[in-house]
Amino acid sequence: MGKYNQDFKVLTKRELCANTYHFKIQAPLIAKKILAGQFIMIRPNENSERIPLSICGWNREEGYIELIIMSAGRTSTEATIKEVGDSFKDVVGPLGQRSHIAKYDGACVLMGGGYGTGAIIPTARDLKEAGNRVIGVVGARSENLLLMVDELKDACDEVYLTTNDGSIGIEGFVTHALEEIQKKEKVSSVLAVGPVPMMIAVANMTKEDGIECWVSLNAIMVDGTGMCGACRVTVGGKTKFACFHGPDFNGHEVDFKELMTRQKMFVDQEKIAMEAFTGALEK
Amino acid sequence: MANNKRPGPSAKERMAKPRNEMPLHSAEERIRHFNEVPTGYSLEQAMDEASRCIQCKKPDCIGGCPVGINIPEFLLQLEGGDVAGAAKTIRQNNFLPAACGRVCPQDKQCEAVCIVGKKNDSVGIGNLERFVADYEREHDLDRMPEIAPDTGKKIAVIGSGPAGMTAAYELRVRGHDVTIFEAFHRGGGVMVYGIPRFRLPLEIIDEDLKLLEEMGVEIVYDMIIGRTLSLDDLLETEGFDSVFIASGAGLPKMLGVPGENLNGVYSANEYLTRIYLMHANYFPEHPTPIYQGKKLAVIGAGNTAMDVLRTGKRLGAEVTCYYRRSHDEAPARSEELEHAEQEFIDFKWLSSPIEFIGDENGFVKAIKCEVMELSEPDDSGRRRPVPTGESFTDEVDTVVFSLGCDVNPTIPDSTRDVTTNKWGIMMVDPVTYHTSKPGVFAGGDTVTGGSTVILAMGQAKTAAKYIHEYVMGNFEYELNVPTDPEAPGVQWGFAK
Ligand SMILES: Cc1cc2nc3c(=O)[nH]c(=O)nc-3n(C[C@H](O)[C@H](O)[C@H](O)COP(=O)(O)OP(=O)(O)OC[C@H]3O[C@@H](n4cnc5c(N)ncnc54)[C@H](O)[C@@H]3O)c2cc1C
Ligand SMILES: Cc1cc2nc3c(=O)[nH]c(=O)nc-3n(C[C@H](O)[C@H](O)[C@H](O)COP(=O)(O)OP(=O)(O)OC[C@H]3O[C@@H](n4cnc5c(N)ncnc54)[C@H](O)[C@@H]3O)c2cc1C
Ligand code: FES
Repeated sequence: MGKYNQDFKVLTKRELCANTYHFKIQAPLIAKKILAGQFIMIRPNENSERIPLSICGWNREEGYIELIIMSAGRTSTEATIKEVGDSFKDVVGPLGQRSHIAKYDGACVLMGGGYGTGAIIPTARDLKEAGNRVIGVVGARSENLLLMVDELKDACDEVYLTTNDGSIGIEGFVTHALEEIQKKEKVSSVLAVGPVPMMIAVANMTKEDGIECWVSLNAIMVDGTGMCGACRVTVGGKTKFACFHGPDFNGHEVDFKELMTRQKMFVDQEKIAMEAFTGALEK
Repeated sequence: MANNKRPGPSAKERMAKPRNEMPLHSAEERIRHFNEVPTGYSLEQAMDEASRCIQCKKPDCIGGCPVGINIPEFLLQLEGGDVAGAAKTIRQNNFLPAACGRVCPQDKQCEAVCIVGKKNDSVGIGNLERFVADYEREHDLDRMPEIAPDTGKKIAVIGSGPAGMTAAYELRVRGHDVTIFEAFHRGGGVMVYGIPRFRLPLEIIDEDLKLLEEMGVEIVYDMIIGRTLSLDDLLETEGFDSVFIASGAGLPKMLGVPGENLNGVYSANEYLTRIYLMHANYFPEHPTPIYQGKKLAVIGAGNTAMDVLRTGKRLGAEVTCYYRRSHDEAPARSEELEHAEQEFIDFKWLSSPIEFIGDENGFVKAIKCEVMELSEPDDSGRRRPVPTGESFTDEVDTVVFSLGCDVNPTIPDSTRDVTTNKWGIMMVDPVTYHTSKPGVFAGGDTVTGGSTVILAMGQAKTAAKYIHEYVMGNFEYELNVPTDPEAPGVQWGFAK
């Protein structure tokens, strides 16, 4: 194997909550280049689909990247069943643009749901380094589904937790935390990464309040490099490629309805693919 | 060898012989699978076809070939049954003959200027190139070229399509240490994820990639230059003496009409990549999905459109081509258009889509087209389509745009000193293919904005010659890299 052919080995694996794992993957070249807000494409195995994943951390010297993978269907499950010492067949990146980093007068509020809680950590660090007060908000249905809270606390000045059932933190949604924060201080910029309904709620609320809002769009992707247009999203009335122009966009301009529709493009096939896979596993 | 000394029939008799038609699978059969459509000549047929060449004293066909294959020579060898010799002759100029014999637009190149073709059907040069290459592969003839002693120079090639493969070959033959960096997990470029398997089987491309590796070229996958490593990394920290950019075009054009982001609407790149790179036609063994509609509309009538039409047919859809001009203006290679027409594909000429209509779930359910007519020829002789004011609506459940590509901005975006024109095409010196960045050359679709395998190869060959001079320290040219953002990409002048 030559100098550049990399072995994307699983260095560590940790369960964060049901079906969701934190992985450290050996990928020295990507680790050197990755920036906050960017993502990678992986193929767990030969013949797997290519899927996009955010990066929640990296170590440039030791040459690894950190991922949070939730098994949502076939390919993410192919990834989450990898163990330490196994390798991912392909890892490509870094892809997409860096998150928007600037110096604001008010606080920056970064909101994460699911794997999004990991994805906002590098951006939180960069915003803090740029001299901002950075507040993290993590939302989940219940306490046992909150993840990466300690890591987020390290990167932020303050972290709010919200749960729908009130088992910990503020009862309700991440938007309730944003209301609380706004009662106390001026908020200049918000980034939301998570399920689309959460991003819609945050976008709507910040629009009313006149606060800048960034969202990271999880469009369906194939190549992740701008070659195919699978990831088309409409932003400000114009077609953009989420993989190339994004994944972060101005939340006030995103056509979320179209995004949700396009995410459902292959639901029938996804079921068949998953059944074929679990069927093969059982055998 | 001069005409009159040649044994056998006279030139007149040769010219009168009918062309050996390429045997094909029947249309009814072939639309049920992805196997190759033509089955290839037998040795007898090939020798007979080669004997139709009259060995012109001043053969135009060589000039009609963008890489200048000595066509009369290989036909003469083939006529005498010396297939190995014919293969050697072809390989002097073309290291991808099995691919080129299948996908080159011979009807616009060598065969268009064939003298026999003036009175009769031209000699089947493409079919014969294919025969020779297949024979060579099937009989395991030695394809290894002579490789010059190591020069100690390191050259990076970006992209493993035909341009990158050719440059790597040419540079390795000259004794350089060559590494290809490829963004995808497999090599071959658009030959793999554009051109369908029923026109170009994977084994052929893989054999050629294998030959490169056997020659000592290193191919690195999953490596996006401009992302994983930058051009500056290659030149400064990674120790490459020169870089050849062969990253293709790869940015799909859309029409900009309402409804084009509905579910079920794809670019040709996405549709073909899902199938030919990710094997969605073998879903779910290969888990990448494709929405398998019953009624597929394809917009455009170039090679890509023909490939999408015929692919859709093989996936079991009813397919229709919508094109705003007429049959005679269709830019596809004539054989492709003919094969598509045989395969029960419907063509709606003079139809320009103006809207896609969706159902309540956001899936496309109909296409609305404006009926066009052709204007009188303009100064350039081209008849432009103009709307008649009439329109029609067809029910469809899948739409694929096949409108060509612009150039992907990944590399120029990451390295501002490689200049592009306003369409993203990389600007190069038209003689040497040197870009605006010292030591960096470019060729293939990335400098033309989308052309053909053979033109990409021809450019790579020329560039390789100059890259060699560059790394050996005798590259002294007055470079002329256009700076005007309106400047066109590289054009190639050869037989029309
Ligand atoms: C920029 C970006 C960053 C992401 N980061 C993460 C992350 O850090 N961790 C994580 O667990 N997930 C992340 N995702 C989502 C992840 O890519 C999908 O969960 C995964 O592709 C699902 O594939 P599957 O085969 O397991 O499931 P499937 O059964 O195929 O699909 C389940 C759902 O996932 C979505 N999806 C399916 N295929 C794709 C695809 N190729 N691209 C995008 N979405 C798809 C669809 O909405 C689908 O309904 C990210 C997505 C994007 C676009
Ligand atoms: C559907 C279709 C049908 C066609 N049919 C024909 C035909 O019949 N006959 C014919 O002659 N031509 C045909 N063509 C055109 C022909 O395929 C192209 O002109 C030719 O492949 C161009 O070669 P290339 O090497 O310049 O680029 P490509 O073949 O596009 O290869 C570029 C390679 O570079 C890689 N790459 C891109 N960016 C980077 C990066 N930043 N870092 C690393 N790697 C990168 C890509 O992944 C790709 O592998 C067809 C094209 C299509 C799309
Ligand atoms: S995923 Fe193909 S263009 Fe974005």
